[in-house]
Amino acid sequence: MNAAILPSPAIGADSAAPDFLLAVEALTVSFDGFKAVNDVSFYVDPDEIRVIIGPNGAGKTTVLDLICGRTRASGGSIRYKGQELTRLSESAIVQAGVGRKFQTPSIYDDLTVFENLEISFPRGRSVLGALTFKRDAVVRDRIHEIAETIFLKDQLRERAEFLSHGQKQWLEIGMLLIQDPELLMLDEPVAGMSVAERVKTAELLNQIIKGRSVLVIEHDMKFVEDIAHRVTVLHQGKVLSEGSMERVKNDPKVIEVYLGH
Amino acid sequence: MFGDYSIGDLGAIFAMQGFAGLILFSVYLLMALGLAIIFGQMGVINMAHGEFMILGAYVTYLCSTFFQSYLPSLFPISFFVAMGLAFLASGAMGMLVEWGLIRFLYKRPLDTLLATWGLSLILQQAYRSIFGAREVGVELPAWLIGSVQVTDTIEVPINGLFVMAVTILITCAVALLIFRSRFGQQVRAVMANRAMAGAVGIDTEKVDRYTFGLGCGIAGVAGSAFTMIGSTGPTSGQLYIVDTFLIVVFGGAASLVGTIASAFSISQTQSTLEFFLSGSMAKVLTLLAVVGILMLRPQGLFTLKVRR
Amino acid sequence: MTNPVQALTKSVTVNDNPFMKPVEWLSLLVLAALILVVLPLLLDGFRLNLVGKYLTYAFVALGLVICWGYAGILSLGQGVFFGLGGYCMAMYLKLEASSVENTKIQSTPGIPDFMDWNQLTALPWFWQPFKSLPLTLILVIAVPVLFAFVISFAMFKRRVGGTYFAIITQAIAAILTILIVGQQGYTGGINGITDLRTLHGWDIRTDAAKFVLYFINGGLLIACILAAQYVKKSKLGRILVAMRDKEDRVRFSGYSVAGFKVFAFCLAAGFAAIGGAMFTLQVGFMSPSFVGIVPSIEMVIYTAVGGRLSLFGAVWGTLLVNWAKTSFSESFPDLWLFGLGALFIAVVLAFPNGLAGLWRERIEPRLTRRVKALRAPPPAILPPHGTPPHGAPAE
Repeated sequence: MNAAILPSPAIGADSAAPDFLLAVEALTVSFDGFKAVNDVSFYVDPDEIRVIIGPNGAGKTTVLDLICGRTRASGGSIRYKGQELTRLSESAIVQAGVGRKFQTPSIYDDLTVFENLEISFPRGRSVLGALTFKRDAVVRDRIHEIAETIFLKDQLRERAEFLSHGQKQWLEIGMLLIQDPELLMLDEPVAGMSVAERVKTAELLNQIIKGRSVLVIEHDMKFVEDIAHRVTVLHQGKVLSEGSMERVKNDPKVIEVYLGH
Repeated sequence: MFGDYSIGDLGAIFAMQGFAGLILFSVYLLMALGLAIIFGQMGVINMAHGEFMILGAYVTYLCSTFFQSYLPSLFPISFFVAMGLAFLASGAMGMLVEWGLIRFLYKRPLDTLLATWGLSLILQQAYRSIFGAREVGVELPAWLIGSVQVTDTIEVPINGLFVMAVTILITCAVALLIFRSRFGQQVRAVMANRAMAGAVGIDTEKVDRYTFGLGCGIAGVAGSAFTMIGSTGPTSGQLYIVDTFLIVVFGGAASLVGTIASAFSISQTQSTLEFFLSGSMAKVLTLLAVVGILMLRPQGLFTLKVRR
Repeated sequence: MTNPVQALTKSVTVNDNPFMKPVEWLSLLVLAALILVVLPLLLDGFRLNLVGKYLTYAFVALGLVICWGYAGILSLGQGVFFGLGGYCMAMYLKLEASSVENTKIQSTPGIPDFMDWNQLTALPWFWQPFKSLPLTLILVIAVPVLFAFVISFAMFKRRVGGTYFAIITQAIAAILTILIVGQQGYTGGINGITDLRTLHGWDIRTDAAKFVLYFINGGLLIACILAAQYVKKSKLGRILVAMRDKEDRVRFSGYSVAGFKVFAFCLAAGFAAIGGAMFTLQVGFMSPSFVGIVPSIEMVIYTAVGGRLSLFGAVWGTLLVNWAKTSFSESFPDLWLFGLGALFIAVVLAFPNGLAGLWRERIEPRLTRRVKALRAPPPAILPPHGTPPHGAPAE
C-alpha cells in the first residue's frame, strides 16, 4: 500500500521490493573490532510476526538496538517503510512508528502507572507540546482502555516501583501499545515470569500483535511455535537460517548449534 | 610586539617561557594525578582534593620548621622526610573520609560532590583556625636556591627542576602501581566489574578505601612539592580545583596517558599565551578552549570505545 | 469496546491532576503572607532590605528545583546567570548614573567612572543597548537564557550529563569571574559596578524605593513559583522526572531528551537572571563575587536544605540558610564555615530531600492523623496512603 509514496530506490532492482515494512540489508556493527552483527539481512512484511532466535551472544538484542537507533551501525542499511533508519535519532525512529520493549522491564519507577502510560501517549512530544498537553477525555479513555488490556486497571494510581516483575513487563507492553507502533519489537517478553504470568502474557501478546508487524526475541520454543509466522536464526552475528518454524527446526545447521544440545 | 627583541632574545624568551610551562605542567600533573585516580577509577568527585593538597603543604611547613629548630644539620634533607609524612597524613585522612563519608555515596555522584564541598569548607576553616589566615612559606635549603645557567641568557631555577623531577618520579610510581602491582590489578578489577571482583574474593570495600587514600596521599605529596615554589594559605586549595578537574576530564577520565597529555597541553597553552596577553586573559582563553573542546568532544582526549 | 469500564472509571478520575492541591495552596498562602505581610510589618527597613536580598537568591533556588531536583541536571554555575542578569541591570543603572552632567570632572564625560579610570575614551559596543530601559529589561532575561541555551544545547546534544555537566558549569563560572575581574575597563573589575542611583529617574537608594522594590521582588518570586508549579504539573514536569531515572526509555517513548533538558536549564537560568536583576536593584551594586564558584555552589545548598523537589522548600531553605549565615557570622564568624560545611554533609547524608522531605515524612503524616482523628470519631482507621514514599516526585 505504500508503493505510491516510496521514493524510487536507486540501489538495485532486486533489493527494493516496496511492500516490505522493514528491510534490513548487510547490517554490520563492530565493537573494537569484534563484529557483533555481521552482514545480516532480513525482511519483514506488514502484519508479519517474526521471531529471532539464537544462542546467547548471537547478536539478537544488538539487532534490535540497531533498528531502534540505540546503537549505530558500522555498515548496511535499515529501511522502514522506505525510510532509512540508520541516520535517524531514537526519538525520530519512535515517531516514525517503531516501538521497542526492553529485556528487563524499563518503566518509570517514580511515576504512577497512569503517568507511565500518559507519557507514552503519542501527543505533545515537543517541549512546547508537553508544556501545553491536556489530560483530556481522549487521553484518559485510551489509558483506561490500555490498562484494562494489560490487567492493570486497579493499579493505575500506584507508583510503578511497587508493581511485581510480571506487572512491570505488562506495563511496558502497555506503554508500547499506547504508542500504537506499526512495528513492535519485543525482547524476551516472557522471560523471568511465573507460569501463570506467562500464560496471561501469551494471551496478551496474541491480542496486541494483530494488525501490526512484530519482531520478537524469545527463548521459549513453545511460545515461539505458537506465534511465529517466520523464524530467523542468528548465530555469531550472522543469519544461520530463516523460514517457517518447521523448516528451521529441521535445518541441520540449526540443530547443531542451537536446538541440538 | 616582537619588534623590540632581537632573534637571540626571542629564542631565550621562548625557552624560558617553555620552561615556565614545564613547571606549570609539573604542578598540574601532580594535582591531577591523585584526582585522576579518584575520579577516573572510582567516579567520585572529590571537591576537597585541593584541601588534601594543602594538608600536605602544611605538613611540609611544620616539618621544615621542626628540622630548622631541632635538627638543623639534617635540614637539607628535611624535604624528603616531609614528602613522606605529607603522603601519610593526606592518605590517612583520605581513608578516614572514605570510611566516614564517601562510602555511603557511591551511587550518588552528584551528592558526593556536595558533601565533599562541605568537607572542603570545614577543612579550610580548620586550617585557618590552626595556622592563621596568612599564607605561610617554607624556607628552602641552600641547595634548592639559585639557578642553573644553561646559556648566557637562559637560566633555570633549581627548585623548578626539583619539582619536575619529583613529578616524573611520582608519575612513574603511580603507573607502576596501577599497571604492574597486585593492588593495581585489584583496583582495575573492582572498577571494571565490582560484583565480579567481589565474587572472586577481592575485598572491594578495602580496595575502595585504599584507592581513595592513595589519591589523597598523592595530593599531599603534590602540596608538599608546591611549597618549594609558592606559599600556602587556607584557601589555596580551592584555587586549583577547577583547573584540576578540567585536566582530568579533558584527558579522558580513567586514562593516565590522557591526564599527562592534557596537563601538558593545557600548561603549554597557558604559559605561551601568558607571554602575549595578561595572565588573566591567558587563563580565560585556555580554560575557554578546554571547555569548548569538551563540549565538542565530551569523552576527552583519550578514551576507549566501549559498548553501551 | 470497553465502554462499561470507561463509564466506571471516568467518575473516579475527574480532576485527578489539579494545578495545586489544597495543601499546596495553603503553603503558598503561608509563604505569601510571610513575605508580603508579616515580614514588612515586623522588620525595619534595613532588615527588610536584607530579606529582599535573600529572596533574590530564592529565584535561583527555584530554578534549581526544576533543573536539579526534577531534571537531575546539577548546575554549579547558577551564579553565572544570576550575575549576568544582575550585570545587565547594573549596566543600565550605571549609564543612567553616568550622565555627562554627573561625570563632567572625568577626562571623558558621559562614560562610567571605572572606564575613565582605565583610560577608555568611548563606550564599548556591548554597553550601547543598555541605554534603553525596555531593551535592558529584555536583555536581563535574554542574555543569560541565550547563554544557557548555547552551553546546554552543545552538551546535551552530545549526551553529556551528570558530573561532567556539573564540572563544566563550574568551570564556566570560574572563567566568567576571571574575565570580569581581568577586564576592569569594561566591567568594573573586582569591585563590580557600583554607585548606582536611579532607575529611569526614580531614585532607588531611598527607603521608600527599597520598600517598593521589596514588594516587586516578592510579587515576582510568587509569580515564578506559580510558573514553576505550572511546569512541574505539566506533562513536561513528568517527563523530566522520567528522564532523570531512565533517560534512554524516554527517547524510546519518542521524545528528544536534549530539548527537554535544555528547556529545564534555560528556565533555571531565566529565574536566576530575574533574581540577579532584583538583587542589583535592591542592593545597589553588582560584583563578580556573586558570579563565581562559591556563590554558585552556595545557591545549590539553599535548594538542598529546602528540599530539591519542593518549590516552597527551596524558598524556605534560602531564607533559613541566609538567616543562619547572617546571625552566625555576626556572632561567631569562625564557626560559620564549620556550620555551613556540616550542613552540606548532613543534608546529603541524612536528609537528601531537605526540609520539605522532613516535613513530608515526619510532620505531615502526624498532622493528617490528628485531623482524621478529629473528623472521624474513634475507632479511627489510619489513612490508607499517608506518607508518599521517599523521593516522591510531585507533592
